[in-house]
Amino acid sequence: MEWLGAASRDPARLNALFAALADPTRRAILMRLASGEASVNELAEPFRVTQPAISKHLRVLERVGLISGTQDAQRRPRRLEAIALAEVEQWLEPFRKLWQARYAELDTVLAELGARDRKRERRTGKGRKKNK
Amino acid sequence: MTRAKLEITTPSDHELQWSRVFDAPRTRVFEAITTPEFVRRWLLGPAGWVMAVCEIDLRLGGKYRYVWHRERDGKEMGMSGVYREVLAPERIVSTELFAEAWYAGEALGTVQLLEQDSRTTLIQTVRYESPSARDGVLRSGWEDGVSASYDRLDGIVAETAED
Repeated sequence: MEWLGAASRDPARLNALFAALADPTRRAILMRLASGEASVNELAEPFRVTQPAISKHLRVLERVGLISGTQDAQRRPRRLEAIALAEVEQWLEPFRKLWQARYAELDTVLAELGARDRKRERRTGKGRKKNK
Repeated sequence: MTRAKLEITTPSDHELQWSRVFDAPRTRVFEAITTPEFVRRWLLGPAGWVMAVCEIDLRLGGKYRYVWHRERDGKEMGMSGVYREVLAPERIVSTELFAEAWYAGEALGTVQLLEQDSRTTLIQTVRYESPSARDGVLRSGWEDGVSASYDRLDGIVAETAED
């Protein structure tokens, strides 16, 4: 749909990104890479899977452009590609904005309820304190 | 006041989870998210849409029904469900079914309220029937033409304007 912007104009591209992100191990790898480059060994460490399995995940992530650096199979550190992640963020935007707007209004409602409760407390203040 | 950050994550390929901290104890947050009078005010649609119906029967097996109405052309968007668990003021589990086919099938929503130092973290988790149903929600949202309305909200959501 037009309002989602560039990323969604190519549904195949979005599907590929979604599929790459659908796997928990791959999401964990991306989170690890968000804090800096890492080698295949370092990436394999926290998971109970073999290194070839990790390499397979890395290839999937590389194919959709979420990471780079897989040319020299073992030694080269993998890197997160900020642009591809921004693309992912982009399709989250409409959803994010809707909920942010909702919660901003909820803040206002809560502030009013807070004022109401404080007023009630003042009115019945002494009695309530005794009851405690 | 700096606005609290909305965190969105995907705990599994069927789920979507988002959380936000509110500057209020959870009894108050619980009241605000379960009382029609208040829900009408914050559970907005995009600009141009108003919440026309807000019915809440807050008990195990009770039903809720929300309908948003677009003033421009009278288009309606509805959502309803049944409460599967109501534990005031900390947890609500309910089914979510959209009248217009926003996504395929029924989803299960959980709202958790965690309080610390008089502030409440609201964590909402929705489990969809399939990964594609979840992705469809993210991809389609309300419908076309919403972009302009969202742009008007940009002031509110300045903290995400990084791209």
